[in-house]
Amino acid sequence: MIRIEEVTKRYPDGTVAVDRLCLEIPDRAITVLVGPSGCGKTTTLRMINRMVEPSEGAIYLDGADIRRRPVTALRRSMGYVIQNAGLFQHRTILDNIATVPRMLGWGKRRARERAAELMERVGLDASLAGRYPYQLSGGQQQRVGVARALAADPPVLLMDEPFSAVDPVVRKGLQDELLRIQDELGKTIVFVTHDIDEAIKLGTRVAVLRTGGRLAQFAPPAELLSDPADSFVEDFLGADRGIRRLSFFPSDGLELTTDPVVRAGATAERTGGFGAPYLLVTDAQGRPLGWSRPQDLAAGGADPGRLLPYGRPFVPGTDSLRAALDCAVLSPTGWAVAVDSGGRVTGVVSQQTIGEAIRGAHAGERAAGEVAR
Amino acid sequence: MNGALGGFFDIPSDLQHSYPGLIGLHLREALLPVLAGLLLALPLAQLCVRLRRLYPPVLAVTTVLYAIPSLAFFVVLIDYTGQTELRVMIPLAVYSLVVLVPAIVDGVRSVPEETLAAATAMGFGPVRRYLQVQLPIAVPAIVAGLRVATVSSISLVSVGALIGNQGALGNLLAAAQKYDRPVLAVNSVLTTAVLAILCDALLVLARVLLTPWMPAAGRRRPRQAAGPEPARPREATR
Repeated sequence: MIRIEEVTKRYPDGTVAVDRLCLEIPDRAITVLVGPSGCGKTTTLRMINRMVEPSEGAIYLDGADIRRRPVTALRRSMGYVIQNAGLFQHRTILDNIATVPRMLGWGKRRARERAAELMERVGLDASLAGRYPYQLSGGQQQRVGVARALAADPPVLLMDEPFSAVDPVVRKGLQDELLRIQDELGKTIVFVTHDIDEAIKLGTRVAVLRTGGRLAQFAPPAELLSDPADSFVEDFLGADRGIRRLSFFPSDGLELTTDPVVRAGATAERTGGFGAPYLLVTDAQGRPLGWSRPQDLAAGGADPGRLLPYGRPFVPGTDSLRAALDCAVLSPTGWAVAVDSGGRVTGVVSQQTIGEAIRGAHAGERAAGEVAR
Repeated sequence: MNGALGGFFDIPSDLQHSYPGLIGLHLREALLPVLAGLLLALPLAQLCVRLRRLYPPVLAVTTVLYAIPSLAFFVVLIDYTGQTELRVMIPLAVYSLVVLVPAIVDGVRSVPEETLAAATAMGFGPVRRYLQVQLPIAVPAIVAGLRVATVSSISLVSVGALIGNQGALGNLLAAAQKYDRPVLAVNSVLTTAVLAILCDALLVLARVLLTPWMPAAGRRRPRQAAGPEPARPREATR
């Protein structure tokens, strides 16, 4: 565990970057420091590996003051990933990744074997090993940055806005990859970002800092969304935190119905008997084709050109209530389509039912909160 | 006179050197000062990088030194060195130094901030960081400075002819006048130019061999190669 105790960073010109900050960063979890620019998040991160020394207060790693270790040894025990990767442009990808193991005295061969192993872990093709950084895309460079930070298997990983400089699609890929790697490796990660969505997606716990380096709130992301500590946190979270909070509620409790689901080419009595305003037509394998009015279906069959789009289906159990609601909102019929992992329809659910499920989830959470108190 | 180039390689005996001998002497007098300049410039430049306030005065002093005509230098030095090669080489070393200090400072400073931060964060000490990160990345800038220093040094050696025949190939200019043999002057100019071009080409070759990490087009900032993630990286052209 990393314990930040009453840490203040004041610069000679009088600016206070971090103001009496106290944080307990749990092991084997992702702790995100988030806030607007000038909130001292990067300064805080850099105090953990002593690239910045606190003016007051102390930082403890597993109970020991970090100042009691030689600074280079401390840094070699903490992986560091930086915006734009900061790769050594004069070294090959493999040698970039092998940097810290080599400094720790590993043999060249062992360090390179380790580097090759890490390339695979972060999803880099082995053919890139002998290339130089300029030959890689921004996203690939950032993967190399992560691999380099992991090379000596440090227990702690410090990440300073690592994905800020890549485009949104690549960023999402890198975020998913980080979560996957974290599932496998269980590092103690401190992650700095100014992007609240990234914080909520990645963080086990999120520390929101305000300008002037003061802690506004330190909580799991779901709690941040449901109970922002003050108006600053609320503003920082943005307008649609109610919707985003639904990401933390599973969709597997939704009551699905298969009544309005029909196969293309079904007989007239099969299509007429439900009184439902719309029927979902599927193909022979059970994959959704689109919605249709019963009378249209009876008259013209399941002509794909005349079906209404069904939006983006959700997978119960994998996707959240947010995905289910999004699906229902996107669908012109107001019904969300649930599919299994193979894309076959398992049922449909109305906006109304989803709304009831949301109310139920909120009530359940409130009850859990009261028990905890 | 047999043809326009008759007696081209016929070096007057009072120069006390054969043609290859003159070339060797010329290269020694030109290149040793560049080497000395480089050895002095490296620590001086590093000092300027570390102590930012030192750089402007150092730059001012070296620029003034560069403005001193070589002949004036030779006259001042005569009391200390006598009529030796050293008298030619000291000013040339100073000129090299003047060219190389800003080249190295700029080269070292061109290392991106995040690369330095990453190195520090990975546990590089200052010395290791200088030798393994800053200096290698500064190689293209240093070689660019070396090219200027080398070529100008090769051409400046000739001035030594004016002070006690220490001009190597430059002495041929004096001999051309003395013996009324213009072909010797042509020889001097051509050979000096060829030497300069060859040395320059060798430096370019050295740079290419030392920096396989540079984009082939010679762009200094590599990160511009970034494209969309799924795109296959540029295939090596074979």
